[in-house]
Amino acid sequence: MQATADASALSTYSPEVRQLLFNYVLQLADTSLLLGHRLSEWCGHGPILEQDLAMANIALDLLGETRSLYQYAAALEGRHRSEDDLAFLRVATDYRNPLLVEQPNGDFAHTVVRQFLFDNFHYHFLQQLQASPDQHLAAIAEKSVKEAAYHLKWSAEWVVRLGDGTEESRQRIEKAISKLWRYAAELMMPTPTEQALQKLGLVPDYIALQPSVDAYLAQVFAEATLLIPQNVPPQLGGKQGRHSEHLGYILAELQYMQRTYPGMKW
Amino acid sequence: METAELTQEELFQQRIDADQRIEPKDWMPEAYRKTLIRQISQHAHSEIVGMLPEGNWITRAPSLKRKSILLAKVQDEAGHGLYLYSAAETLGASRDQMLADLHAGKAKYSSIFNYPTLSWADIGCVGWLVDGAAILNQVPLCRTSYGPYARAMVRVCKEESFHQRQGFEIMQTLCEGAPEQKAMAQEALNRWWWPTLMMFGPKDDESPNTARSMQWRIKRFTNDELRQKFVDMMVPQAEFLGLTVPDAKAKWNETKKGYDFGDVNWEEFWQVVNGNGLCNHDRLQARVDAWEEGAWVREAALAHAKKRAARV
Repeated sequence: MQATADASALSTYSPEVRQLLFNYVLQLADTSLLLGHRLSEWCGHGPILEQDLAMANIALDLLGETRSLYQYAAALEGRHRSEDDLAFLRVATDYRNPLLVEQPNGDFAHTVVRQFLFDNFHYHFLQQLQASPDQHLAAIAEKSVKEAAYHLKWSAEWVVRLGDGTEESRQRIEKAISKLWRYAAELMMPTPTEQALQKLGLVPDYIALQPSVDAYLAQVFAEATLLIPQNVPPQLGGKQGRHSEHLGYILAELQYMQRTYPGMKW
Repeated sequence: METAELTQEELFQQRIDADQRIEPKDWMPEAYRKTLIRQISQHAHSEIVGMLPEGNWITRAPSLKRKSILLAKVQDEAGHGLYLYSAAETLGASRDQMLADLHAGKAKYSSIFNYPTLSWADIGCVGWLVDGAAILNQVPLCRTSYGPYARAMVRVCKEESFHQRQGFEIMQTLCEGAPEQKAMAQEALNRWWWPTLMMFGPKDDESPNTARSMQWRIKRFTNDELRQKFVDMMVPQAEFLGLTVPDAKAKWNETKKGYDFGDVNWEEFWQVVNGNGLCNHDRLQARVDAWEEGAWVREAALAHAKKRAARV
């Protein structure tokens, strides 16, 4: 795998940059881990068999991306922690995912809106990340962007179907949008870590992404005959370890085996 | 008229006897069609209900690698359900009707999924034993007389044999691990062994559909033949893992070149088949809930497709 970085390529970074990159890659890994976890909760319970398959598929893609990212983070850190140590053996306040991806599945409309807000960011972000001078991030982005394009197609199509479907589906998706919108802004609100790496030109600048993210959202909402919420105060904090109450319960499940049987091979 | 019908039936049996495949548009006896719809839809339902006990461990899988493999495996089961429903549709059954029969409790699914998955080792046992038993049941179906079913089964069997290997590998990792892990493996085997022997169905002399299904080559081995094959295959595998099957009578019999084994608890078998297993209620309710809670989604998709078509 591309992401198992060799030490020589990493030695070009100063310890400070390495630490910044470690935090950054961990944030990306936590994000896809948590969203993949949420989607995998649908497995066996989807509204249509074909959509059960689609959600499992997206969850699997995200989990694949997660693994590449944790492996790279582990290499950056250089303390012999494994992908599993990073995924399973940290405390809640050390997770760096944005609040959006830890929100509960709710009904299918909530899942679709959460997915669309994330996919629209993720796809455009990965497109830019492919050009990163960091070869490992660029390689992970190159692989994941193809998957993210499919995810975005799936969630955008469902936003349109639910928005322009029946009266009930419209009410449900409007409710989901009004609930989840407050978490969208955090995706592109840079933390000090992100700002520092953006300044170094190692990772995409969100300001440059904003126009394409906004334009595609406007296009999909127009097709879905949905209104874009205005002036919603954003909820922030996940990317800096200040989470909603939901994360603790996710970790209780996610970490159960690793915490109960420490240090074993599975 | 009646004579003509008889001749058709004789011709049909001749084709079966010559090992020719029956295809959707071919003439077939109504009872053959019904038997197949019952069997294929039951099989499809088993795939879908079978997602639940394994899905129960996706969010708790012990490593990222195991989580990916398990999620992919459960997703494969959904895919199997999809091709099997499609195969049944070629016989004139609708997916909605088949699901309605499942939800109403009229259609059966494999009773094995009415047992709970209580530890991570259960995920190993489901792959190793349950998928192992399913493969023995299913490999002969790749040569079953109805073409679409046989072709669907070729693909299903390929994936199932991968699933079985991953289950065995989970067990092997546990058995080579810490004492707690080995104990977990043995405890799971103790619970899954007898229910998997029940997966082959009642004893031959109590299996009402066997004779005709054999005559039509829908089925190619009897329940007892398959059960014997399973025991012969699995007892040595358990020994290889350093585990003991929970049957004191399981011993190699040199004369019959196979294992002797104890009696299945048929009382338990019929209890679970008739809805009284630990998870029967919850499994079916989970399927009904998913269907009912998804109704508005399906309606929205349909309404949107109609609006779109009207605009063109």
